[in-house]
Amino acid sequence: MLTLLVFLPLVGALLCLLVPSSNRALLRMVALGTSVVVAAMGVVLFARFDGASAEAQYVASAAWFTLPGAGAIPIRMLLGVDGLSILMAALTAVLMPIVILSSWGHIGERVKEFLVWMLVMETGMLGVFLALDLVLFYFFWEVSLVPLYFIVGIWGGEKRLYATVKFFLYTLAGSLVMLVGVIWLVYAAGTADIAALTARASALPSETQGLLFGAFALAFAIKVPLLPFHTWLADAHTEAPTSGSVVLAGVLLKMGTYGLLRFGIGMFPTAAVAWAPLFMGLGAVGIVYGALLAMAQNDVKRLIACSSVSHLGYVVLGMFALTQVGLRGSVIQMVNHGLSTGLLFLLIGMIYERRHTRAIDQFGGIAQSMPVFAFFFVFAVLSSVALPGLNGFVGEYMILLGTFQASPFWASIGVLGVILGAVYLLSATRRLIFGPIVHAANAKLADLNAREIGLCVPVVVLCVWIGVAPNLFLGKLDGSIDALAERLDDARVAAAEAQADEVAAR
Amino acid sequence: MKFDPSTDFGLLLAVLLIPLIGYTIQIFFGKKLPRQGDWMLTGGMGVVMLITVYLAIKAIAAGAHGDGHAVDFLHSSQDHGFAFKWLFDEAKGPGLLNVVAGILYDPLGAVMLAVVGIVCFCVHLFSIGYMQGDRRYHIFFANISLFSFAMLGLVLADNILFLFLFWEIMGLMSYLLIGHFSQDPSNPFFHRWATWASKKAFLTTRIGDCLLFIGIFIFYREFTTAWETVPAFKEALPRFQPFLFTDMWEMGRLVVAQNGGEFPAWMTAAGLCCFGGTIGKSAQFPLHIWLPDAMAGPTPVSAMIHAATMVAAGVFLLGRMYPLMSPEVLAVVTVVGATTALFAATIGMVVYDIKAVLAYSTISQLGFMVAAVGMGGLVAGMFHMVTHAFFKACLFLSAGSVIHGCHHVQDMRLMGGVRKHMPVTFVCMLVCTAAIAGVYQFSGYFSKDAILLAGWASVLDNAVFSGWNLYALISLAIAAMFTAFYMFRLIFMTFFGEYRGNLETHMYSAQIAAEGVEGPEPHAHDDHHGDEHGHDAHLPHEAPLRRNPMTISLVILAVFAVPGVAALLNGWITHLMTPLSMYGPTAGAFAAEKISEGILDHDSHLGRQAHYLAVGVSLFVATAGIVAAWFLYVRRRDLPEVITTKLGLVYTAVRRRYFVDEMIDIAFIQPTLKLTTFFRTFDEKVVDGFVLLNGSIHKGLAFFMAWIDKTIVDGLVNLVGLVSQAFGAATRLLQTGRIQQYAAFAVAGGLLLASWLILS
Repeated sequence: MLTLLVFLPLVGALLCLLVPSSNRALLRMVALGTSVVVAAMGVVLFARFDGASAEAQYVASAAWFTLPGAGAIPIRMLLGVDGLSILMAALTAVLMPIVILSSWGHIGERVKEFLVWMLVMETGMLGVFLALDLVLFYFFWEVSLVPLYFIVGIWGGEKRLYATVKFFLYTLAGSLVMLVGVIWLVYAAGTADIAALTARASALPSETQGLLFGAFALAFAIKVPLLPFHTWLADAHTEAPTSGSVVLAGVLLKMGTYGLLRFGIGMFPTAAVAWAPLFMGLGAVGIVYGALLAMAQNDVKRLIACSSVSHLGYVVLGMFALTQVGLRGSVIQMVNHGLSTGLLFLLIGMIYERRHTRAIDQFGGIAQSMPVFAFFFVFAVLSSVALPGLNGFVGEYMILLGTFQASPFWASIGVLGVILGAVYLLSATRRLIFGPIVHAANAKLADLNAREIGLCVPVVVLCVWIGVAPNLFLGKLDGSIDALAERLDDARVAAAEAQADEVAAR
Repeated sequence: MKFDPSTDFGLLLAVLLIPLIGYTIQIFFGKKLPRQGDWMLTGGMGVVMLITVYLAIKAIAAGAHGDGHAVDFLHSSQDHGFAFKWLFDEAKGPGLLNVVAGILYDPLGAVMLAVVGIVCFCVHLFSIGYMQGDRRYHIFFANISLFSFAMLGLVLADNILFLFLFWEIMGLMSYLLIGHFSQDPSNPFFHRWATWASKKAFLTTRIGDCLLFIGIFIFYREFTTAWETVPAFKEALPRFQPFLFTDMWEMGRLVVAQNGGEFPAWMTAAGLCCFGGTIGKSAQFPLHIWLPDAMAGPTPVSAMIHAATMVAAGVFLLGRMYPLMSPEVLAVVTVVGATTALFAATIGMVVYDIKAVLAYSTISQLGFMVAAVGMGGLVAGMFHMVTHAFFKACLFLSAGSVIHGCHHVQDMRLMGGVRKHMPVTFVCMLVCTAAIAGVYQFSGYFSKDAILLAGWASVLDNAVFSGWNLYALISLAIAAMFTAFYMFRLIFMTFFGEYRGNLETHMYSAQIAAEGVEGPEPHAHDDHHGDEHGHDAHLPHEAPLRRNPMTISLVILAVFAVPGVAALLNGWITHLMTPLSMYGPTAGAFAAEKISEGILDHDSHLGRQAHYLAVGVSLFVATAGIVAAWFLYVRRRDLPEVITTKLGLVYTAVRRRYFVDEMIDIAFIQPTLKLTTFFRTFDEKVVDGFVLLNGSIHKGLAFFMAWIDKTIVDGLVNLVGLVSQAFGAATRLLQTGRIQQYAAFAVAGGLLLASWLILS
């Protein structure tokens, strides 16, 4: 089932290649149809997934090639889903049809290429989340990187080339560091199977573990992006076409946090425990820093990009609190950020298509001409500022609660972000949506059409669902997070023992 | 009548669901429904009101039939299988998240629920008349309905996390409703004001909310750790839920007992953080600044949210958290409340906008309640919350009626003599003013008397005496006098004298010319209500009954303030609410330890002493305030101007609301804005600059390498090329392509070879 899930988009892309590029309607139908089927499979997978178990489920395995060397390490096409990846995979599958459908409004040229890239990217992203072989993971990681390069570079805004190069170099640098880590780890442990690696990595010398953790963490921190590697994000988000921004915010950034969770923390718990204060600090500072940056922006896409930095700060903060509650909160917050920020980018794209500007001061009062749009926008903002009853609250509250157990100080800094988040998002709402109409062009804007409403509704439903009944979603994490927390506890105990031995030795 | 879990919890659930379902229908189909759905939501609220009143009466009756104290009146729906598993894992203990939500039905909740039900219904009814013709009529009704849902939910929540959830939803509805006019370009004054006032309210209260959030974290962290480490706790509370109020109270008692009867420092910290939530929501100093601006919302909203219910939620929270509050926290609560009460009362005396007077009065009265809780007058504070909800809602709605009648002018200097034109409104407002001023036997008299009694008891009782209590008692007594003064000033300016709305020159004209009108500018015809104003456009008028249910709701609310009813209310509430009945036998006794004996038992020596002193002070200040107002605003109307000129700077300071807004702006808002621009520059120039520098260095390196490549490496290659080229050129001379020449070379070569062979 997983093999089909991962490679179906690729098949769709091939089908698209066979359709003549002049037949846009057929192209779009093929791409949309493929992604809808994948989404349905994602939903089924989510529903059938047993959250109580920590084991990987629906495992699909096939031989791929063998790495030369002393032990002849086999590399396999090993796919499987567990509690850490189920939400991410489902989110990717569900978001893609929305992204593809949204592109009908703003991608008018070279439609075929665009759709092909999108579908290839979907395969890459699903592969990243479902790969259980480290080399395979790296392969998918790179596969997902390339399409965005073209999507931003070809269909982006005015400064797209600058943004593309910056984004590509940044992530490539990270990828290379990771590649070094991958090769080292695979040869050191003699296997590429992630489950086996997770078990064996803690047997490596602690210096090696620290260095490997550093290599993986750096690569993922760039992707997240964690302070101070965040500057590529603002440019990439701003210049990307709407659908690119949605994928970037919705899924691609989560690859970074997902990687941190599975490889950073999961494989090297000892190093993670040692490095946790630094990451918590970076996360908490990122929350406040991103929020302050967002306040000073006039470009609305840049504003949301900065808010992403802030929101992902929460994810990292909660993750490195290394508590049961914090870990759960950060996983659910990854989904939340994908939904609410994705929705914000979708909506901004819709008014961009109407006004062809992203400057906040060019808007104002559009609630009068576009009430339906205003409703969705206010909803997305509320979900973003973590209004209780919506998804954002569940994540933020769990993250802060979990962090407070580990470090009251960083949690309190994080709470500041709750206030600042409301400041910049409500200011933006006021300037965009409410108040008097200053520019005559805003008075006659057409409200959302059926397709655009259709894009928003599924996201809204999910936001409410997670907010009202989070148990359904959090329940899927139980087994895996418990296992992870257990390993972390062992690592803490071991660290404490080592320290005690050291003291005794003196 | 005994409480019957199976039906009564069902009824309570219905109370929650009716407004929620109503909202959902309204938001999607409201515009298409006949009369835009107002009848549906108002009817729903009517049903809610009936249920809540029925249950409150049942509670009171149950209390009366008990042994004098309704001790066993804590009903948790979780004990009866009514529970919503929001976050729950059967297998794990409290170390992990375990949030199961249920309904807590206790004396405080029973009373508050009825208050909320009645006030919300009256406001719905009033709005049918008041908001007629509004562009977003159906949205308005949807929003107040969802607000009612949130407030009812807050009262019924049995755990602090769900209380917080509803607390925040209320904040959102407040934001949307204050901003109601921000989408209405036909009213430029409100259009601008509403937009920023709504944002200000949301953000200011959010500061308090975040403190409350941190307070919840501290309690969670410490309680779960204690529960997991101390076996005795685990034994006492085997199914401990860290957010559940009843469990928190019990845990607090155990922790304090284990700590030798002293509150640990972290409980003080947590208590202070939770009180931060009250400061924000209940508009206490210094976060009160949002409430006066919240008046940018429609008047029914001011009545419901910003007077009767939402702002009372902060006081309600104090009631819920009282057992967990250490004496230090209570001292802070006392001081903040008393300061706010006095501070806001002074501002109330000098403003002219009728809604602003009421807004500052609300802040001041909330200060009374908060200070009362701090001094141990827990029940007194809750009782004042109840009486205040009724009379303040009525006052606001009456003010709305006056504003409606006076062509949407809010400045009292442009009113006067309205008594003759709007008799029903006048009577309702007078009754409620008497109540808030503390006139003998009116509702406010009883509750304010109870607060002063608590003050006296806590001052006279050596066991709980502190200088802060004395400070609070004095401040509250003065504030009570000011209250009587500014409220009767409002009555005299608005309802007595001659109508000044359409006079070109009158006693205030010079002042108005200098300072401008407070509130919206007067204009004779209003776009929305033009049809009603067709007759006698220049005089105020009562809302016509046949079209307007406005007056009915005024009368309903005013009934609760009149003597007789008020005395009945007093008897019921003091009977029903005691620490023991509110928190259960063990936690209640624990909570009562902080309360003076004189407050707990009115028949004790101390209690009687405090009672007489309180009555004396209360009657004296009320009379003094009213007489002063009558003298200045009826008898000698020239005097106020003389006094204000004499006061000079002091008057200016009060008029400008003590510059709190400006100070907060200078101290917090401007620095933050500067910080944002600084960080933006920092990010662009330094962080990104570093990235770009890195890029440039590499680019420079690349160009350098390219140069090396071109000149040296390529040079070498070229050199090789050149050499071989030269060699080639030389050898090319030989390559002529002529067969004969090649043959000649070959023959010559052959001859050379042969001769070498022969000669060797």
